[in-house]
Amino acid sequence: MSDLAPDAIEAAILRSDRFRLSREDDWRRLEQIVRRMETGRLRKLSDEDVLALPALYRTAASSLAVARETSLDAATIAWLESLVRRAWFQVYGPRQGFARWLAGFLGGGLSRAVRAIWPDILIALAVMIAGAVAGWLLVAQDQEWYWSLVPSQFTDTRVPGASREVLLQALGTESSAAGLSGFAAYLFQNNASVSILAFALGFAFGIPTLLILLKEMATLGAMLWLFAGQGLTLEFAAWLSVHGSTELFAILLAGAAGIHVGRSMAFPGKRALLPATAAAGRRAATVMAGVVLMLVVAAVLEAFARELVGQTWDRLLIGGAMLLFWLAYFFAFGRSASAADA
Amino acid sequence: MTGAVIPYDTKRRREVITPEGIALTFVVASRAARFGAFILDYLILTFGAVALTFLIAWVAGGLRALDGAATSGAGEFLGVSWTLAWFLAWNGYFIAFELGPRGATPGKRAAGIRVAARAAPGEGAARLTAEAVIARNLLRDIEFFMPVILLMSAPTGQTGAAGVAGALWFLGFMLFPFFNRDALRAGDVVAGTWVVEAPRPKLPQALSTAVGARGTSEVTGARYRFGDDDLAVYGEHELQTLERVLRDGNPAALASVHAAICRKIGWHPGAGDERAFLEAYYAQLRSRLEGGMRFGRRKADKFSN
Repeated sequence: MSDLAPDAIEAAILRSDRFRLSREDDWRRLEQIVRRMETGRLRKLSDEDVLALPALYRTAASSLAVARETSLDAATIAWLESLVRRAWFQVYGPRQGFARWLAGFLGGGLSRAVRAIWPDILIALAVMIAGAVAGWLLVAQDQEWYWSLVPSQFTDTRVPGASREVLLQALGTESSAAGLSGFAAYLFQNNASVSILAFALGFAFGIPTLLILLKEMATLGAMLWLFAGQGLTLEFAAWLSVHGSTELFAILLAGAAGIHVGRSMAFPGKRALLPATAAAGRRAATVMAGVVLMLVVAAVLEAFARELVGQTWDRLLIGGAMLLFWLAYFFAFGRSASAADA
Repeated sequence: MTGAVIPYDTKRRREVITPEGIALTFVVASRAARFGAFILDYLILTFGAVALTFLIAWVAGGLRALDGAATSGAGEFLGVSWTLAWFLAWNGYFIAFELGPRGATPGKRAAGIRVAARAAPGEGAARLTAEAVIARNLLRDIEFFMPVILLMSAPTGQTGAAGVAGALWFLGFMLFPFFNRDALRAGDVVAGTWVVEAPRPKLPQALSTAVGARGTSEVTGARYRFGDDDLAVYGEHELQTLERVLRDGNPAALASVHAAICRKIGWHPGAGDERAFLEAYYAQLRSRLEGGMRFGRRKADKFSN
């Protein structure tokens, strides 16, 4: 493999260069394996190469340690350093691949992460309820609040003073599914962006996250007041529950994930600030991956099931079933695995 | 890269101990390299998105010509594809590439940097996980686009004092990497990652296998033997400079270094045989310094003794 003459080792007059030349073939083989792994051509690796990788890595690493103590060949040491670092990334890299990650994620990783942030979920839930109550009370006192709380694109027919019939119609169904998947995609994109924002702003000690939760829920509270005023509370709740139990749950989790990060930055406890924040961030990121998944489900439910299923009780059934499913998945699923984990 | 000696900025070097107990050197990527990579990635993303939009618009135009209905099923499918592709590209581009075996987006690869798990002080090197990559990229938008939007809207006065306060607040996110030693941005803090240099140099020739290293010139047949006093004037720093000059092989540089060494050790320089002279001097100086290292004596440069 080496392009040097066989007597090159004898030809080298320096002890450190003889050391290098006698090990160079191993190093070059390691570099070839690493280069192929870096380009993702794993299938081209032979079984021998895969088996040899850890041993070659250790050889190169100990060569580096020796070379640092005995050689002044700066270029060789720099090369060896970068080779060992690259090999280290491959030996200790995330070698599970996307499919295995997804299996672990769905098969308990997500549930464990959600359970791990339960105090933050309670905080987020309290804030969301407070936001809805505040929205209701504000609008009940002064109708002008409705216009600042509810975004204008929703105010088509659902405005204070609208009749019962108009409001009922707003809760009605579409006759066919045409145009709904575009609506679903738009809703997903919009909600996912809001959730990611709620999480990301957790970095500012969680305070903006709380404000986003308050604002979103105040909107809901105001709309609830509007429909309750015409005696449509149950119909509105059913209409909302189809996708709302999934969507609000997802927003709850996104808010809780943001609060989790902010809280561990403000109160890192016994650990140093950076490791505590990083641990919280990774836990919260797992939850966020779940949030995006839930929002896909919510968008599909919102666009299809809600618009096509008209009966109040059918809607409540779908919404309730989804809520039960998420609760069971997050809080009852994978308990034994988590015990083994901890 | 011919100059195989990489001039690492010592301020950016970090020693990390691997599980095997080997000290690996990580070099924190410069902020300039990261900014360049960021610009390149967003150029790729933007051009990709624009190309996709044009493609979809072109197909949609064809559809309209076919059946005249803008809200047909096929048209709707195109709209959905566009919305989802946009979301996936915007949020998935960085995550997908950084989860790959190189831990880098195309922009980062071009800048020679990659994402790695940050080692906590006193702890060993950690592996980069999918969760960490997701976490660091979910914070991307508030670190750049929110500050930019707020900075552009705050001076117009539309948003009032709150807008100015928001702009200042988010400017803190944008400038975060300048206020810590490891150039971490907020996403790196939350994910426990850092961005490090990932150079891929080539293994250079061993210099002491060259003919001149034995002390005999191929050109003139002269033998170069240097005494202890001749070699004692230089240290490791000068040796590495000489190594760089020999590896680059630039004749002008060889000649001037040759002249400088001759002046220093009191030889009368000839011309035409610089390379053999320098190879011999390099080999003998390195042999002397490495011999000293084995006994625990090191000479950093010409000023130390």
